[in-house]
Amino acid sequence: MLKTFKIGGVHPAENKFSSGREIEALALPKTAFIPVGQHIGAPAAPVVKKGDKVKTGQVIAQSNGFVSVNIHSSVSGTVKKIDLIPDASGYAKQGIVIDVEGDEWLETIDRSETLVNDFSFTGEEIIQKIKEAGIVGMGGATFPTHVKLVPPKGMKAGLLIINGVECEPYLTSDHRLMLEKADEIVVGTRLLMKALNVEKAVIGIENNKPDAIRLLKEKVAAYPAISITPLKVKYPQGGEKQLIKAVTGKEVPSGALPIAVGCVVSNVGTAFAVYEAVQKNKPLFERVVTVTGKSVKQPSNFKVRIGTPASELLEAAGGLPDDTGKIISGGPMMGKAVTSLEIPVTKGTSGLLLVPGAEARRDGRMACIRCSRCVTACPMGLEPYLLMTASEKQIWERAEKEKVMDCIECGSCSYTCPSSRPLLDYIRLGKGKVGQIIRSRKN
Amino acid sequence: MSNVLTISPSPHVHTDDSVRKIMYRVVLAMLPALAWSVFVFGLDALRVTLIAVAACMAFEYLIQRFVMKVTPSVNDGSALVTGILLAFNVPADLPWWILVLGAFVAVAVAKLSFGGLGSNIFNPALVGRVFLLISFPVQMTTWPVTKQAAVDATTAATPLGLIKEGILNGKPLNELMGTLPSTSDMLLGNIGGSLGEVSALMLLLGGLYMLWKKVITWHTPVAILGSMFVFGGIFWFVDPEAYLTPVFHLLAGGAMLGAIFMATDMVTSPMTGKGQLIYGVGIGVITMCIRLFGSYPEGISFAILIMNGFTPLINAYVKPKRFGGQK
Repeated sequence: MLKTFKIGGVHPAENKFSSGREIEALALPKTAFIPVGQHIGAPAAPVVKKGDKVKTGQVIAQSNGFVSVNIHSSVSGTVKKIDLIPDASGYAKQGIVIDVEGDEWLETIDRSETLVNDFSFTGEEIIQKIKEAGIVGMGGATFPTHVKLVPPKGMKAGLLIINGVECEPYLTSDHRLMLEKADEIVVGTRLLMKALNVEKAVIGIENNKPDAIRLLKEKVAAYPAISITPLKVKYPQGGEKQLIKAVTGKEVPSGALPIAVGCVVSNVGTAFAVYEAVQKNKPLFERVVTVTGKSVKQPSNFKVRIGTPASELLEAAGGLPDDTGKIISGGPMMGKAVTSLEIPVTKGTSGLLLVPGAEARRDGRMACIRCSRCVTACPMGLEPYLLMTASEKQIWERAEKEKVMDCIECGSCSYTCPSSRPLLDYIRLGKGKVGQIIRSRKN
Repeated sequence: MSNVLTISPSPHVHTDDSVRKIMYRVVLAMLPALAWSVFVFGLDALRVTLIAVAACMAFEYLIQRFVMKVTPSVNDGSALVTGILLAFNVPADLPWWILVLGAFVAVAVAKLSFGGLGSNIFNPALVGRVFLLISFPVQMTTWPVTKQAAVDATTAATPLGLIKEGILNGKPLNELMGTLPSTSDMLLGNIGGSLGEVSALMLLLGGLYMLWKKVITWHTPVAILGSMFVFGGIFWFVDPEAYLTPVFHLLAGGAMLGAIFMATDMVTSPMTGKGQLIYGVGIGVITMCIRLFGSYPEGISFAILIMNGFTPLINAYVKPKRFGGQK
């Protein structure tokens, strides 16, 4: 029997149209829009000004706090302005706009394709390089990787888990990366193990990607410390807590971080970025983005420079379909609907999904028939119907008591509700309010 | 591209399941038992079902439209299910006006006065049935003979009724045993009883379909039938002279109908598997207590309604296993 997490989960239609398409390098944009806040934590502080010439890979905004990372120019050219630019959140955010001229990289970056397999860095050196390269969790959470690699005092990591689950429907960027950059991912995994000083690593991959499982099994054969764990297909297995449970059987306690059970989880995309940063001196300024949707002419996987507007990715995938009713940055379960095609690709952009108008709108909300499907589907063992009611009626104490803060916002409850009730919308509201209450209590 | 882009929070995909689909699956699951009732009771069974369904749907529509002044939700299929279930719980030759009264109590009193679908505490069809049972005890307990029965009579007693009446009249059980139908007749449904309850086999068939389609889970039916079997079994084991076999209890009366179709009603049963087990055992035990010690021959309707009342309490105390919770 394949491993998986035990509580809850759903299985939406996978629709991985682009899984057979090789990663193509997308043409450079004419103008790059690079937000200075692409990660969880404080936005970086710009260190360039209007008119400055920048090279590809050069730091243009510096880490601005403990939880923050550097931002690098993804192109070479002239800084046009530092201004508010559109963002997937719907709010304009500060960013650096660069007019692209040629593609001149920093000389320190190794641009060759040759695999650099060996390394002799210490853990600290690796973490320092990761920090300088501005690497964040590339599965979408965008938490600074160098912070994660230094466990809090008194805690020790015992296992590194590399997340190759890609449980979001439609998205295939991690899948393609595993197929095309398997060697590099294995090196990246070894680097992360060294940085964390752990003896063991597991790469978890869902069973709907048998080719990636097979290939990576071959590649890790020489490294007994790294193993591949095929997982039963179930959403949200890519969630950190669910993945740890599936691989190790351990449950991260409510309110705690994975390190509490001795685990650190990193995405395969992050492992690849670590390889490039440490072995090739290449900062994080490009990533793989899936462009897909039922009406998209050519669902594709592109290697894209950070700051490229979404419209250019769409153009390359055959243009915006006529029936488009919703544009999502990310996957359909946890992605964000965006207001404009001018939003740029950031470090956390795993995909761009175009939803036909007929599927863009939600069905009308009906009465709860107490079918308990949300309870069965919740991977955190919560009672979404109850949390929704508590939030709707603003009974925040009850919402807190029923563990609203444990919600990982995977959307399984809303997905599965036959009455099309906006469960997660209200639970988010409850999380926001209860979070405020908890913080004010501490002060 | 349409001029307007939809912006909404995630998730952006939704199951293609809906309340209506769930209700129609329940209807589909009831069809074998309905077909069997037409086979044994003739077109009378169909007449009763149609009247009950029409009355339930009409009351739902009229009350929502003219009294509650809300958009009628009669097409969600729930009134259809209530109508068929009500018909399943009455004799196949019940006069039409009694049926309409039952439908009124089911829909207007038990369902809509609580706020409609999803808000009712008690199973509407059962409230309707129990109201009729108490108000019209004669009509509600006079069952037509099946067309297959080779007897020269117009009414038939149910197996449970035979036993209860016999025991009340002081007859020893072994004497009564001879008058009982065979186990195979009970399994198939060649016995007296309410329209939809006679054939255990057809009800099981519908139950398996609902399990397969995930309309219900195993917890409630297994807990009810299991606890009835154990409870009845203990008494039978201790004194087989005075008590009937547990298998008889499972096949007789409304056990199957209640366990598979009535107690599994989503609205009125607990939200967790663990809660449903408690609820089911409660129903099984109360049913057997009424059957063995009460004055009614059958008690599953009362048992389900009583446990319906406990459902909010069960939901408040029986929580799903939280991820990462303290053990």
